[in-house]
Amino acid sequence: MATQIGRERLLAHFRTMARIRAFEETAERLYNEKRIPGFVHLSSGQEAIPAGVCANLAAEDRLTSTHRGHGHTIARGGDIQAMMLELFGRQGGSCGGKGGSMHIADMRIGMLGANGVVAAGLPIAVGAAHAAKLAGEPRVVACFFGDGAVNRGPFLESLNWAAVHRLPVLFVCEDNRWSATTPTRLTTAGPGIAARAEALGVPACAVDGNDVAAVDHLAGELVASVRAGSGPRLLLAATYRWSGHTSADAGAYRDPAEVARAKTDDPLRRAAQVLGGLGVAAAELAAIENDVAAELARAVEMAERAPFPDPAALYTDVQDIGAPTARVPA
Amino acid sequence: MSRMSFVEATRQALAAEMRRDGRIVVLGEDLGRGGVFQQYRGLQAEFGPARVVDTPISESAIMGVAVGAAMCGARPVVEMRYLDFTLCAVDELVNQAAKLRYMLGGQARVPMVVRQPIGLWANCAAQHSQSLEAWWVHVPGLVVLCPGDPADAGPMLAAAIRADDPVVLLEYKELFPAEGEVGDPTLPAEIGRARLVRPGHDLTLVAWGGSVREAAGAAELLAARGISAEVIDLRSLWPWDSAMVLASVARTGHLLVAQEATEVAGFGAEIAALVAEETGARVARIGAPRTPIPFSPALEAAYRVDAARIAARAAAFLARHR
Repeated sequence: MATQIGRERLLAHFRTMARIRAFEETAERLYNEKRIPGFVHLSSGQEAIPAGVCANLAAEDRLTSTHRGHGHTIARGGDIQAMMLELFGRQGGSCGGKGGSMHIADMRIGMLGANGVVAAGLPIAVGAAHAAKLAGEPRVVACFFGDGAVNRGPFLESLNWAAVHRLPVLFVCEDNRWSATTPTRLTTAGPGIAARAEALGVPACAVDGNDVAAVDHLAGELVASVRAGSGPRLLLAATYRWSGHTSADAGAYRDPAEVARAKTDDPLRRAAQVLGGLGVAAAELAAIENDVAAELARAVEMAERAPFPDPAALYTDVQDIGAPTARVPA
Repeated sequence: MSRMSFVEATRQALAAEMRRDGRIVVLGEDLGRGGVFQQYRGLQAEFGPARVVDTPISESAIMGVAVGAAMCGARPVVEMRYLDFTLCAVDELVNQAAKLRYMLGGQARVPMVVRQPIGLWANCAAQHSQSLEAWWVHVPGLVVLCPGDPADAGPMLAAAIRADDPVVLLEYKELFPAEGEVGDPTLPAEIGRARLVRPGHDLTLVAWGGSVREAAGAAELLAARGISAEVIDLRSLWPWDSAMVLASVARTGHLLVAQEATEVAGFGAEIAALVAEETGARVARIGAPRTPIPFSPALEAAYRVDAARIAARAAAFLARHR
């Protein structure tokens, strides 16, 4: 049975997902056209999870992300212009051009950072929650990670710690079925991710991660429970990564039929279908997509014209004590 | 001044800081029972288990939780039990704590102290005895402190806690019970200043941590042979007091760096290189052989960089260049 959701709330999700999709498609194109340095890890196909989860976070809440972190930042309300500047490595980027795609963070919205190391966000999220508990602050921390992360030690250590201290963490596992370029099922023993969490004292709920209304509904219940002091919970959201591991990876090792099948389960089209049933005209959705496309186009145009950081910025933000000194010119 | 042990000075400094600043939380294993070296004795009774946390044996989580907490307003003090166990949390220390401020373009800071009991102690062999200070000095973002005297133990800890950077505090296990004349152990030290242990004019001997005693002992042995060695306790490895070392070598013309760590690619090499580049003075190093640390007392004695070895190295070094 389809989850009940109001028209306006679902429209907001649609807009969030459309912004993520447009950002990812733009980033992929910019990479292919060699207009941005480095690599990007794209989350096309996974948009419903950050959209549904972040809609349930309050202003004071926090989140941690992964190397595939654009969607989480956007869903949390991150500044797309600053993110695009960061992808280009320019002044005004989210991290001043020092982090790039893999380290986008925005402390103003409690976004503690994407992270280049699989599972590294888990203990950081638990620490953020531990600090909130010590300070008596009513904050929830949403901790996003992928199915690959459950095979790293920090998964065990973090869930255990959060459960021991009954910390306000919602662990969100985005199960896109691929650990980099290897199917997770081939490298993962035991009865599954939810069972692992349960064994560590963290109750887990599974959801169709491409159904934004279902994600929203379940995340809402879990966030409320965590906020009320239940201790940590895990949301296991099944989805699929449409692109390769990185923008440099065409994903040719995958069965094209598997990818094609996954793309028929598009979270945006599914939301559009429900919205149609709620009386939203196709033209209204097209207008949202046009708005978003224009927003991205403006962001790219501005970013491409923006100055690079001053070379002196190389030496700032390292440390106060024993800060590096600039090289003396030869 | 009063007579006090190194470990007691650290207890007093930590307690004073925790009374001053409610954001300080201590994370580590067995702290309620005082910790391996009794550095935390009595602290859980005073501050409660929420601020002196007995953690699971989960080094990644201890370090990573501290990182997340520090980013969000807490001032964590992490106890690693032995430096060697930090290697279970190197991602959290090196990839996260040290770099987050930079990677995030200055949006966040990670003010935390990582206490790592370091060095040879009680024949604990290869996985409980290492001196890996060079690893941490190599990592941008970290401050690295290594007190070599009971008088410095408290002030260095207090300074580490007050720093807004992630600080690695290396505490030589053999020094914990050592007693000395201690001023106010709660008064924060100035980070980056070395200490002149003994003046001399033939040779500058630079050491830190447990090697300071050995270097001072070597200076005694050398004095009996008519060689006057100036001994400097570096105290702070990053930043380090190159000004004091350079000024000393400018007078003595010779530098010998003594370290308990493996000599190859040790921090002594950095000091020697900089002094050679800046002054052209004769430089030498002494450190441990590039072997794992052995168990047998006979083998450990063969391994250890003690006063006699430092003195012998100094005498040979001077003889070669005179």
